[in-house]
Amino acid sequence: MKIKLLAAALLFVAVSAQGADKVKIGFISTLSGPSAAIGVDIRDAFQLAVKMNGGKLGGLPAEVLVGDDQFKPDVGRQLAEKNIRVDKVNFLTGIVFSNIMLASVPIAFENKTIYVSPNAAPSPMAGKQCNPYLFVASWPNDAYHEAAGQHATNRGYKNAYLIAPNYQAGKDSLTGFKRYYKGRVVAEVYTQLGQLDYAAELAQVRAAKPDALYIFLPGGMGINFIKQFVASGLSKDVPLIVPGFGDDQDIIRPVGEATLGLFDTAHWAIDFNNAANKKFVAAFEKEYRRLPTVFAAQGWDTAMLIDAAVRDVKGKIEDVEAVRKAMKAAKFESVRGAFKFNRNQMPIQNYYLRVVAKDAQGRLVNKTIGTVFKDHGDAYVQDCKMK
Amino acid sequence: MSLILIAEQSLNGLQFGLMLFLLAAGLTLVFGIMDMINLAHGSLYMLGAFLASTFVELTGSFTAGLLLALPATALLGMLLEMSLLRTLYARDHLAQVLATFALILIINELTRLVWGSDAALPMPGALSGPVDLLPGLPYPAYRLLIIAVGLVVAVLLFVLVTKTKVGMLVRAGASNREMALAMGVNIKLLFTLVFGAGAALCALAGALLAPLLAVQVGMGENILILAFVVIVIGGIGSVRGALVGALLVGVVDTIGRAFLPILFGAFFQPRVASAAGPAIASVAIYLLMAVVLYFRPQGLFPARG
Repeated sequence: MKIKLLAAALLFVAVSAQGADKVKIGFISTLSGPSAAIGVDIRDAFQLAVKMNGGKLGGLPAEVLVGDDQFKPDVGRQLAEKNIRVDKVNFLTGIVFSNIMLASVPIAFENKTIYVSPNAAPSPMAGKQCNPYLFVASWPNDAYHEAAGQHATNRGYKNAYLIAPNYQAGKDSLTGFKRYYKGRVVAEVYTQLGQLDYAAELAQVRAAKPDALYIFLPGGMGINFIKQFVASGLSKDVPLIVPGFGDDQDIIRPVGEATLGLFDTAHWAIDFNNAANKKFVAAFEKEYRRLPTVFAAQGWDTAMLIDAAVRDVKGKIEDVEAVRKAMKAAKFESVRGAFKFNRNQMPIQNYYLRVVAKDAQGRLVNKTIGTVFKDHGDAYVQDCKMK
Repeated sequence: MSLILIAEQSLNGLQFGLMLFLLAAGLTLVFGIMDMINLAHGSLYMLGAFLASTFVELTGSFTAGLLLALPATALLGMLLEMSLLRTLYARDHLAQVLATFALILIINELTRLVWGSDAALPMPGALSGPVDLLPGLPYPAYRLLIIAVGLVVAVLLFVLVTKTKVGMLVRAGASNREMALAMGVNIKLLFTLVFGAGAALCALAGALLAPLLAVQVGMGENILILAFVVIVIGGIGSVRGALVGALLVGVVDTIGRAFLPILFGAFFQPRVASAAGPAIASVAIYLLMAVVLYFRPQGLFPARG
């Protein structure tokens, strides 16, 4: 009996010295309700990346545990607890919204489990609350808006009219825009979150006659606004600028032709000419019969980042410090092209100006037409104590 | 603040109010006649929009798609009433709220299975631009169409309810259901018909608004709350109340959003004004409801004496 136990123990030691036999990923995202489209895109791209890798990440068989946070911070938190304590996942990822992420990920940090963000990167976590176990595979929350502000400055717009929903992310977005916009802000209008009809706001814009209009209205709000903006005839007089997700495929599909000619700023576009992106776009369209959004690109990159790190440590994922080092090196072909991690483990990367145009098949897509920022980080990194 | 801006904002308020009326008319009749709280009313609005998008795509014509979506949604509504809601009339309001809330969730997920999370309904090309109403007052042609349709439907409904036999039965049912039953009115059939008509009005609102708004799962819930505010202000069961309530809500909401921030700017520091303006504007209609309820707890035009 004793010998048997000893043999078993020895066997166990031998196995663990060889590294883990699989990599477990907890994937929490918003997959139901009106805001589900974003989470579904991230999940689909993530799972596609794993599938294209033969079901493996970094050479280890990957087990992805998908959970739906239902757009509720408390549900996200419960799922994170289960993933960390019961499933004992090696990585946590997937969350779309900043408020859900802020509630859910501290439990991962306490347990020294790495959280890889495929989307949200709230400013506190870029600064004072930066954390060694947080890696952001997308972009800091302010970045798209900063790039849009810079674009408005580059265009020489003397004044701009700004509209955002009346909540924290809305205020942050306009702060980001103003950080790089040198012109005069005519008005900063905060509308109700979830507002349906923008006729009143559009009439005010018409009366104000601004040089440019910037809106941060995510999801259905943006769809409504753009449709009504075009119907009001304002699109002929006032150039509209939106952040990159403001006129991506999930907006273009329901809005249609009205998005033609819209300018936006983003870190990725469907027409990027690198090999990784061509492979990703072709595979995504083949698998899901729709074109990928920036969110899908972020989901793909998240999987690839984990893949590279696990491969780098030769599958020894128990050594979290080694995995962290490997993550930080980010040795993989990102669909956005080259990027590196800042001190706060958020990306330093380029941001591009895109315009909605028709591709060779007559479909509406975002075309890249210029670079707004080169190697751009974020404004909060100086508050991050991490080395 | 010019007169032209005020004129434009008044039109916006009128248009918003008329669309709310289409939703509230059905809701108030169902609530008033059947004493049934139907939270799934917004789901019929959503189904109307999704059906219209499908029919417009199939027929290639906006008008044909719209006209097909109305009977289709009415049919769905009547099926729903006959199969499920009918069993809820005898239950208390809590059971009705629970059951119809469950219906919202079920219909949302079914819609996602059938159509996906969103659908496209492009604006008819001829109406997609603005029209010059006055020199310097361009107004979206499509919103003018909505105002016209809303007014026509309001007049038709008014005539139907006040001048016809069916309307008389509906009014009788709304003001005293038991008495109407005792007088030999076929309440069962009447309920189904009223429910179908309410569903058709929902579909009309959903399909008309679809080119302006996002056709997506969950679109019904946002507007349902406003529809309830309208019928509470107008008086439950009263079509006239629904019309007046809807116009009030539409105008107060639009004017509040447009002019309250400016008004606050004139009296307070910019920092305070930019924070308080939108906050007060977003609760303006609820303030209106509170004031109306304080003076007239039964609403402006109560159906029951």
